Amino acid sequence: MASAHTEVDGKLPNEPEKATLEGRNKILGFWLFLGGEAVLFGTLFATFLTLRNQTNEGPTANELFSLPLTAMATMLLLVSSLTSVFAIQAMHRHNLPSLIRWLFITVLLGLVFLGLEIYEFAEYMIKDDFGMSTSAFSSAFYTLVGFHGAHVAFGVVWIGILIGQLYRKGLTVVTAPKIYVSAIYWHFIDVVWVFIFTVVYLLGKVG
Amino acid sequence: MDWLTTVDHKKIAVLYLLGGTLFFGIGGIEAIIIRLQLIKPMNDLVSAQTFNELITMHGTTMIFLGVMPIIFALMNALIPLQIGARDVAFPFLNSLGFWTFLFGGLLLNLSWFMGGAPDAGWTAYTPLSGTKFSTTHGVDFYTVGLQLAGLGTLIGGINFLATIITMRAPGMSFMRMPMFTWTTFITSAMILFAFPAITVGLVLLTFDRILGANFFDVAGGGNPILWQHIFWIFGHPEVYVLILPAFGIISEVIPTFARKRLFGYSSMVFATILIAFLGFMVWAHHMFTTGLGPVANALFSISTMLIAVPTGIKIFNWMFTMWGGQVRFTSANLFAVGFIPTFTMGGITGVMLASAPADFQFHDTYFVVAHFHYVIVGGLVFGLFAGLHFWWPKMFGRMLNETIGKWTFWTFAIGFHMTFFVQHFLGLLGMQRRVFTYLPNQGFDTMNLVSTLGAILMGIGVMLFLFNAFHSFTKPKGVANDPWEDGRTLEWSIPSPPPEYNFKQIPLVRGLDAFWKEKMAGHQEMTPAEPVGSIHMPSPTILPFVMSVGIFIAGLGLMFSGEQFSNSFMSFIFNNWIVCGLGLLITFGSMVLRSLFDDHGWHIELEELEEEGV
Ligand code: HEM
Ligand SMILES: [Cu+2]
Repeated sequence: MASAHTEVDGKLPNEPEKATLEGRNKILGFWLFLGGEAVLFGTLFATFLTLRNQTNEGPTANELFSLPLTAMATMLLLVSSLTSVFAIQAMHRHNLPSLIRWLFITVLLGLVFLGLEIYEFAEYMIKDDFGMSTSAFSSAFYTLVGFHGAHVAFGVVWIGILIGQLYRKGLTVVTAPKIYVSAIYWHFIDVVWVFIFTVVYLLGKVG
Repeated sequence: MDWLTTVDHKKIAVLYLLGGTLFFGIGGIEAIIIRLQLIKPMNDLVSAQTFNELITMHGTTMIFLGVMPIIFALMNALIPLQIGARDVAFPFLNSLGFWTFLFGGLLLNLSWFMGGAPDAGWTAYTPLSGTKFSTTHGVDFYTVGLQLAGLGTLIGGINFLATIITMRAPGMSFMRMPMFTWTTFITSAMILFAFPAITVGLVLLTFDRILGANFFDVAGGGNPILWQHIFWIFGHPEVYVLILPAFGIISEVIPTFARKRLFGYSSMVFATILIAFLGFMVWAHHMFTTGLGPVANALFSISTMLIAVPTGIKIFNWMFTMWGGQVRFTSANLFAVGFIPTFTMGGITGVMLASAPADFQFHDTYFVVAHFHYVIVGGLVFGLFAGLHFWWPKMFGRMLNETIGKWTFWTFAIGFHMTFFVQHFLGLLGMQRRVFTYLPNQGFDTMNLVSTLGAILMGIGVMLFLFNAFHSFTKPKGVANDPWEDGRTLEWSIPSPPPEYNFKQIPLVRGLDAFWKEKMAGHQEMTPAEPVGSIHMPSPTILPFVMSVGIFIAGLGLMFSGEQFSNSFMSFIFNNWIVCGLGLLITFGSMVLRSLFDDHGWHIELEELEEEGV
């Protein structure tokens, strides 16, 4: 096993995230974990699809949703996936400042996305009187979209901490796998959001 | 203290064994009380409410907190040894998985002392488990406790998958892996794809009960059948999560004591994969009577019956393994051989239940109870006893007493058949499951008496095993590497119990049954695949324990967030989510600590290894 203290001094391998057994294990374990996450969201989607027309005389999807708002949120999240790709590319070039910069932008986009979501939820709850217990549709909506939101929030805090680590420890074979794994996570939440946008919002408007 | 911070897979195995035995004991006592209540008609030993709590807690405890951890104990003790590894892929997560399981189990059992246990059956069917019919906090303890325990299982599953994929010794290809490793691998994959479903189900039920959501409440537009789908899409794979490891154990024990290699190794592997795959397709056979319609019933009926094919392959392979072998009936092997007919009977009643029209008669009667106890007790528990007797000397360096072992087998096996065989007929006569008493002279009286006496005999069998276990610890250690002398796989090539680092040198694997192959070639030990060198070990840590305490506190906070307390301080901290937040803070705080301070581990140096002179 390579020692854990290799610094960015030319000795760092091209793909530092895969340089140690720990690193490779971490990446493999994380992919497996995402397999489980896929089932988790799959079940939430199935629940939502079952209950999406059970509005219990409360507001319907068509009355609530505003596509421009969610389309904007979607754009933000898609761009943040792109910036996290740039971050990984910077890591492979061993360019620490650029890596940190791209991660920072990613986190920022995630935060704006969260802000939009909170604004959206608040609007529904206050203006439209649409809360968790309004209908089966509302329960399924808040749970599915809220779970995704919680994942985004977790990712923002996580990547934030990683940026802190990069400042303190630099790019090493220990920090690299963490960055890499967080990037996979970020893409995963992005993909889930694309499904949410389609199944919840688009289908809610037209179906 | 050592035990709270350990990340050594062998010690975690012992912890799982202790935890599992504790809950198995609690579940066993619950079972005996249930049987005592049913010993005669119109008995009033316990009230109807207590009876409901007992059956709910018995099923839940046995499946999630009893047998699962004991399976995990054997996996933890053996998988790294069988694949020639020094540890699992994620030692930290391994310990975290154990502690979340333990605290989940403790939380669930706290319900007995905090205002009532869950009472809606281990399947927690809605609307029975909704706030309308389950008015105590019982079901909240169920949702939150199981959530924690399930988290531990999921973590364990991912860990074993990664371990088996990346940590195998040189030469150990997938088709040279011991069967127990194979079944662990497939089981872990099933855990990974089944448990997230119940995670979601429990969240939805929690939201219904605590946040007033409407998932399963018809009045709010919800759908109670949705719960059954989610529960069984997890629940049916879960029963294979239980039985596949037992298949693995039997496939190790029988060849060892027949001195023959396992018949049809590759067909065993593919049968296991096929069972796992089909296991995900058949969940609705638990729901024939909910009105899915004839088309759905027919499809689920056929896919269920298909599972009998790979299962049959396995049964025949075990029998062909013994055929012409020099079979030794040690107590481990008695349990393994006894497993074959009992499990087969359970499989046969399974196929009977899989016929949808017949199931309209059998459903919710004692016939179903007999079926699943034949597979779970006659299958899994027999398998666990076989495995424990077999690997005990490897785990603890001490033999179990063979005479007591044989007594354990005979009392347990006879008690088992007495308890559950008659239940088939009780079911056919129309005795319903989950009723707390019955009227006299309906033809139920004698068979219930026999069943209860059998349960007591089984209890005696378990006590004998526990006595045997304690007894073995009064003897000095000093068992040979290969105490059965016919060991076939890598774990028998190293000392019993194994040193902290398992293998001084990682072995080179040259075939299936690696150790047996070397012995047949006249070698005493494995050929090493690397020179002796210093060994890297992960450091012990208290964080997994603290993290689990944190989630435990958060869970309590969540459950009582809507409670009216007479004490104003209690109301303040619970109703404002302060307790819940504090718990989460502890957990996330530990995660941050873990992330900020890298654990570089430590090394066992060359000189220390030489000194031990292994
Ligand atoms: C050939 C294999 C099997 C078949 C065809 C089969 C079929 C079935 C069917 C159709 C039911 C539903 C009966 C009803 O509720 O009306 C059932 C129930 C059950 N089976 Fe199996 N089974 C098989 C193997 C197993 C195994 C290996 C296990 C566990 C290790 C198991 C555990 C259970 C349990 C726990 C229930 C009852 C669930 C409940 O309602 O509480 N079965 N089985
Ligand atoms: Cu089933």
